[in-house]
Amino acid sequence: MTMDPIAVRAESLGKQYRIGRSQAGYRTLRDSLVEAGAGSIRRLSSLVHRRSSAVDGASSDTIWALRDLSFEIRAGQVVGIIGRNGAGKSTLLKLLSRITEPTEGEAEIRGRVGSLLEVGTGFHPELTGRENIYLNGAILGMKRLEIDRKFDEIVSFSEVEKFIDTPVKHYSSGMYLRLAFAVAAHLEPEILLVDEVLAVGDAEFQRKCLGKMSDVAQTGRTVLFVSHNMSAILRLTEETLVLELGRLALRAPSAAAVDYYMTSGMAQEGERIWEGDPRVSAAAPFRPVALRVRDAQERVSAQVASAASCAVEFEYALDADVTGLRVGLYLMTSQGEPLFASFDTDNRRSFEQHTVRRAGRYISRCRIPADLLNEGRFVLGVNASSFRIRSYFTEEHALTFTVDGTGAPGSQWPETRVGPLRPALEWAILEASR
Amino acid sequence: MNSMQISTAAPQRTLIRPSRGWVGLNLGELWHYRELIYFLVWRDVKVRYKQTVLGAAWAILQPFLTMVVFSVFFGELAGMPSGDVPYPIFSYTALLPWQLLEGGISKAGGSLVSSRNLVTKVYFPRMSVPLAPVVAGLVDFALAFVVLLLMMVYYGMRPTSAVWTLPLFLLLALVTALGAGLWLAALNVSYRDVGHVIPFLVRVWFFLTPITYAISIVPPGYRFVYALNPMVGVVEGFRWAMLGSAAPPLALILPSVGVAALLLASGAMYFRRMERTFADVV
Repeated sequence: MTMDPIAVRAESLGKQYRIGRSQAGYRTLRDSLVEAGAGSIRRLSSLVHRRSSAVDGASSDTIWALRDLSFEIRAGQVVGIIGRNGAGKSTLLKLLSRITEPTEGEAEIRGRVGSLLEVGTGFHPELTGRENIYLNGAILGMKRLEIDRKFDEIVSFSEVEKFIDTPVKHYSSGMYLRLAFAVAAHLEPEILLVDEVLAVGDAEFQRKCLGKMSDVAQTGRTVLFVSHNMSAILRLTEETLVLELGRLALRAPSAAAVDYYMTSGMAQEGERIWEGDPRVSAAAPFRPVALRVRDAQERVSAQVASAASCAVEFEYALDADVTGLRVGLYLMTSQGEPLFASFDTDNRRSFEQHTVRRAGRYISRCRIPADLLNEGRFVLGVNASSFRIRSYFTEEHALTFTVDGTGAPGSQWPETRVGPLRPALEWAILEASR
Repeated sequence: MNSMQISTAAPQRTLIRPSRGWVGLNLGELWHYRELIYFLVWRDVKVRYKQTVLGAAWAILQPFLTMVVFSVFFGELAGMPSGDVPYPIFSYTALLPWQLLEGGISKAGGSLVSSRNLVTKVYFPRMSVPLAPVVAGLVDFALAFVVLLLMMVYYGMRPTSAVWTLPLFLLLALVTALGAGLWLAALNVSYRDVGHVIPFLVRVWFFLTPITYAISIVPPGYRFVYALNPMVGVVEGFRWAMLGSAAPPLALILPSVGVAALLLASGAMYFRRMERTFADVV
């Protein structure tokens, strides 16, 4: 069996961003004059500065969005890229599509690169649909002859035939997106980069994007797919890269990678404490304190029994009175499939009782009944919001815990039961009358 | 086996690595993307007069009305000398390349910032962004040039035998506009001060260029320094090629050509050097 040739290769790829001064977008006139006056000296010193910070790795006004990333992707592979916000996923795609330059390392791409992260880029509202197809095609790197050849196909795919000579500023947003997507979809790249996070549009449109992606994958082309949607990752990709804080944490078959991602970096002791977490300040006046899983004996534990009930408690403080607050839980499997969401004021009486929650410290606690969850690993997320007013705090993957199947219904047979649930259902065995 | 070899005709290979210091101009890639440049120019031309009542007539009205104002105030009231050429023709001939420069540097200077959604989302040679508005100015120039020919007919003048050199002076104007445009566009990405500097720069540059006045009022001793402004060479070249004067103003043209070439070369190099950070900073 011959190995497919390498389509994408990265070697110690790194990207450093400057934060603070240059992140402000533009500098003052005074800075500008200083620059003009002492340009060469400053340039020299900034070169030296850059070198030294590249060596010691961390400088106060720079961050590494991506560091020391090495991988190879063979032609025809469909590879997922997952990671939390800020893990460097989008930076990686930007480097591979040459929008920005790496700070160190190198990457090699063999084949034409197209991306679905730039849908509609360069559309001009005053130009007609027809004119924008040509302009956008040229921006995406298509030759004019190529656009001529595919023009009819693009138009019929976009379903805007009737308005093709109307300026796109008169288009509905749906028509606009369809036309933009039609152009991007006909680029026929050898390597397709997809950033679902940046893909705009409604669910329908996102589905179309995913559909196009699997079409492309089936024609033997290479696809790199960034997504937060674990089920899409599992469905569409064979292998997945997990990025953590700009580094490659794991490369594994997608199921294992998703499991790792969903459960990594979280306390395994059955308790998650937020104290000292800088993101928490943005949630004010809401202040998360801890999330705990307690087993049937009320001990804080990362392992609970399927056959016994357990409790989940979320401790938090309010620094001011909050109206309409609801605090809730999301439960997911370790593959990212949601099981349920539940809120502390779901109950109508409780809802009417707690219209305003006074400043103070609270615990919202719920009981997960016995004989509900199958054995396996589960992920808890938390959310605190005032419905349609403000979402104070969300952490999708706050805590992970394991359910032990001992004594669960049917455990007399040593087999694994499918599915995340293992309810004790009432069965009756009746003698059917003939 | 055979079919596989056919289908895998060597794919294009791209190496992505950090560039350090001064980098090559990579004009080959710019040429490769020439269709994109064409489409960007075409977009600028198409969009410029959309949703205006007078449309492309603005390309003619702007220099023409400016010329009328100049003729009244400088030609008639102030009595500026314009040699043996009627003042309207004298100033209009100079206004044509000037408008090319003014439009070019104003639009090119802001081009990267106003195309930030392109620059941060797609890769293409960034130089095509400021290049497009400079080239697009040629369309306005051509329209306004027709008016110059009509005016010459009206005044009973005919172009000199040196009219064939006009494209060279036009090129000199383009080189100057592009050189300044590249500098300003690249600077504007990190220093938005440039947006405030451009109108001021244009005004000062206008008075340093012999548009409303003849070069004869500049003391001969200062003329070499004066001609370091490349637009001096352009304007004097235009007047010489179209309207005729005693001798080709070589002493003015040569320093202008030198400075314009330097401006373009340094602008292109600076632009290429800063290019790698555009997507991160803009």
